[in-house]
Amino acid sequence: MNIGHQDFYTQAILSMAALVGLTSFLMLGQGRLLRLIFVFALQGVLLTVTTALTAYSLDNHHLYISAVLTLVLKVMFIPWMLRRQVLLMNIHRDIEALKNNTIIMLGGASLMVFSYYVLHPIVQTSSTIMLNALAVSLSVVLLGMLLMISHRQAVAHVVGFMSIENGLFFAAIVATNGMPMVVELGIAFDVLVAAVLFGIFFFHIRTSIDSLDVDRLNRLHEVDK
Amino acid sequence: MSWLIAILQTLLFVALAPLLAGWLKWCKCCLQNRKAPSLFQPYRDLIKLTKKQPVVAGHASWLFTIAPYIIFSATVLAATVVPLIAVDLPTSASADVIVMVGFFAFARFFLALAGLDIGTAFGGMGSSREMTISSLAEPAMLMAIFTLTMTASTTNLSVAISHVLNEGLVLRPSFVFALFALMLVAIAETGRVPVDNPVTHLELTMIHEAMILEYSGRHLALIEWASQLKLMLYGVLVANIFFPWGIAETFSLQTLGLGLLVILGKLAVLAIFLAVSETLVAKMRMFRVQEYLGFAYLLGLLGMLSHIILETSR
Repeated sequence: MNIGHQDFYTQAILSMAALVGLTSFLMLGQGRLLRLIFVFALQGVLLTVTTALTAYSLDNHHLYISAVLTLVLKVMFIPWMLRRQVLLMNIHRDIEALKNNTIIMLGGASLMVFSYYVLHPIVQTSSTIMLNALAVSLSVVLLGMLLMISHRQAVAHVVGFMSIENGLFFAAIVATNGMPMVVELGIAFDVLVAAVLFGIFFFHIRTSIDSLDVDRLNRLHEVDK
Repeated sequence: MSWLIAILQTLLFVALAPLLAGWLKWCKCCLQNRKAPSLFQPYRDLIKLTKKQPVVAGHASWLFTIAPYIIFSATVLAATVVPLIAVDLPTSASADVIVMVGFFAFARFFLALAGLDIGTAFGGMGSSREMTISSLAEPAMLMAIFTLTMTASTTNLSVAISHVLNEGLVLRPSFVFALFALMLVAIAETGRVPVDNPVTHLELTMIHEAMILEYSGRHLALIEWASQLKLMLYGVLVANIFFPWGIAETFSLQTLGLGLLVILGKLAVLAIFLAVSETLVAKMRMFRVQEYLGFAYLLGLLGMLSHIILETSR
């Protein structure tokens, strides 16, 4: 199953998987919030393209609706909302000094290797090369978690959370060739609600500790003791 | 016949390198609203420098005067390895891509030695910075190139390029990563803007210029020419590995002419991209370069991984 012998759709999906993985790494190393949000929107674009490709090649019309939903929510609405909040709270000029940037990046690379290792038995038993894309989406999920651990800003945590969702969505699209419409609508609605809730939380955190730096939450805890 | 073409190709490499530098400068000037010098200005500079008498410091050793010749010839030898307009040439068959990286390392070693030899503060500073950057850039570059060589299962550039050519249009995720990695490395290695600024003599930020500060006359001309050649080499590497279409596979006059035209077009487009990025991006702090190159290495590693896992048969 050399890649040269696969059909064009498979090649395209695999390339998309690689690019989605790349955007995850870009997010991981990003210190500026606005750029982080931009890369997140880029990942959304890639997801949209993947969904549209799947819809086209499988001739599955409701996937087009899902692609449009992804475009509206993950490329436009959520990045716009996060961007607006960052600008409102005037934290867009802060450069987050990432501790141990190199170690985090290397950790990300090893997470990717790990997810391939975990999924290796499944990949071997299955005949489709599609399951490779599954490994990439698992590593996107893990990288999203690493992003949440390594960054200090609450906004970055939200982006990490959303990119975990992106990874799951990618896996769902590629592995199942499109979920039922109800499920997709449910997920889209969930993401929307989560985004709005996060927005409210931002303001609460900000009013209570006067910053969105999550490390500060720790310090308050210690003072209470 | 094929040897003749190989020698002609190398001469073409050497002759066209200043033109590429001139074109790059022209693009940058247009983008920055300045009046652009003629495309042939680098040639005039080289001729002017060659005519001038070289001035060598009193306590310079023989190494200082011999280094420009070594650097230039090593770079020319590296140019013989890279297919410019045709594949399957005897020179590229006799040496592979690791030899090319070796030639670069050889040239850089002597450049750094020459920088140290004269004993000025700037020379030493430039040499130490150059070595720091190259020690990080080289693994990243090899990683990117290994992705190609694993796909083609050979380290010979010309065989690898014809392999890519014969496969037709295949979307390879690993090549996307390797392309980005190689571009980042090329910018660092040729001393372009985010890493080093080739046009200024701004004391604290210069790397390449710091090493050659004491050179003048034909020595300086040779070093400048070698660095222009290196820029073109990286451009040709990027263009011919990832977009090899148009390169001549047979040695007829028609295909060779077409190959020349196509590579000129590809290099011109690449130079426009470089000019745009140099206009948009500000120079990086010296101590951020390792993050930049670490990222390039990461991309190379990801390319390798995705080749092994996504693309090979099992």
